[in-house]
Amino acid sequence: MEVPKDLLYTEEHEWIRVKGNKGVIGITHFAQDRLGDVVFVELPQKGATVSQSKTFGVVESVKTVSDLYGPVGGAVTAVNQELESHPEQVNSDPYGKGWMIEVEISSAKELETLLSPEKYAERIKEETH
Amino acid sequence: MSQNPPLKTTPLCKAHEELGARMVPFAGWYMPIQYAGVVQEHLCVRDGVGIFDVSHMGEIDISGKDAKKFLQTLVTNDVEKLSERAILYTLMCYENGGVVDDLLVHRLAEDHYFLCVNASNADKDYQWVLDRARPFQVEARNIGAETVQLAIQGKHSEPLLQRLSDVPLDDIKYYHFKTGKIHRVDCIIARTGYTGEDGFEIYFNAEHAERVFGKLIEEGRDFSLQPIGLGARDTLRLEMGYALYGNEIGAGSSPLEAGLGWVIKLQKPAEFAGREALRRQKEAGLKRKLAGIKLLDRGVPRSHYRILREGHPVGEITSGTFSPSLNCGIAMCYVSSECAEKGTRLEVEIRSQRVPAEVVPLPFVPSRVKK
Repeated sequence: MEVPKDLLYTEEHEWIRVKGNKGVIGITHFAQDRLGDVVFVELPQKGATVSQSKTFGVVESVKTVSDLYGPVGGAVTAVNQELESHPEQVNSDPYGKGWMIEVEISSAKELETLLSPEKYAERIKEETH
Repeated sequence: MSQNPPLKTTPLCKAHEELGARMVPFAGWYMPIQYAGVVQEHLCVRDGVGIFDVSHMGEIDISGKDAKKFLQTLVTNDVEKLSERAILYTLMCYENGGVVDDLLVHRLAEDHYFLCVNASNADKDYQWVLDRARPFQVEARNIGAETVQLAIQGKHSEPLLQRLSDVPLDDIKYYHFKTGKIHRVDCIIARTGYTGEDGFEIYFNAEHAERVFGKLIEEGRDFSLQPIGLGARDTLRLEMGYALYGNEIGAGSSPLEAGLGWVIKLQKPAEFAGREALRRQKEAGLKRKLAGIKLLDRGVPRSHYRILREGHPVGEITSGTFSPSLNCGIAMCYVSSECAEKGTRLEVEIRSQRVPAEVVPLPFVPSRVKK
């Protein structure tokens, strides 16, 4: 399972790519693999506020439905509109075209509570055994 | 605390893992839920051919002088009309009209039949059959453990299976079977399935499982055959509007409401369990009906979601999914009878939202079985 080194992770399998005071958020390769074919992603509007560890959206696969949890809190500055017509990009490119939202990080402190790539890799190893 | 009994495995468990299956517990069995992915597997069956290990299904052999007489009291459909090597879809009901199980009855001879029942009900069904068989001269044997069942489904199923069969398959009609050899193994070869595509379900002794399955996978390469998991089995049956025990039918619901009146022969001479209750239900009229709905907006309907009409609750979803063939959400649901008319506008409560939906006729996707 791919776990890029330049991202931070949540226990619930979201990732965040931090650039300055902004962060781009999506779900991990492991998460999309577990969900199977993603057919619908429900995301907040631009301008909405998301909070750390609170649900900000929902991802539906053929098999199941799963909540999305904010890795950090902040205002939503961009939403991946392409997922409306191409939700399958979450499966095919979870760390790229499958990104979901961008937020303006309200507290950099919250980043410190997230999992490093090494810790996350260990975490999913536990789950697969 | 009681411990769950260990999961049962089919003889093909290792083969599935080698094919990259994700295995999950299902009805007490350790079964492949998917290999390449539900959507890809689904479309593979719709466009070509797929193979399913459905050995978790139960099989019960019924033989003896009274076999037909006994079955007539056991099931709701009319076994009398069943010709040699024909198959009947039917129900077993409780006295209150609730469903014990839905099943297939295969007629091997006037005094010899075999039943294919749901995995989740196999033990209960066998006990039900034994209890009810007492007054009759019949022998009922649970042959589930020694029987492997494979489903080969899709338009290329006949040419693929024909390569390995020692009997012609083109003259097997829908809901009929032949006995013959597949890859030199004695099989029952039935033209049945749970997908709405032309296809076969074959039954044979478990000791040959890996050899036959392996050969079908190998020969299947020429037809782009893929192994199909239970995930796609469910989306395929749902597109056809086929009932699933535990969802659309069960001990606590009426098979008449499920639209299965066509397999309940209230007029047949034999007295069968549930007849009086079902007759009364029919006379009183049905308060609710099973209907198919299609979402008019994005979203995936799932079982137990509420159905509303102009804001008022009118029913609940029994099975729902995203339809890979139609690219939209589809579901079966019980709704008040007046809401079951084709074209009725309804709403599905998905989390905090109400997504518009429309009643559509079943099946959702036209059947292509070979009639």
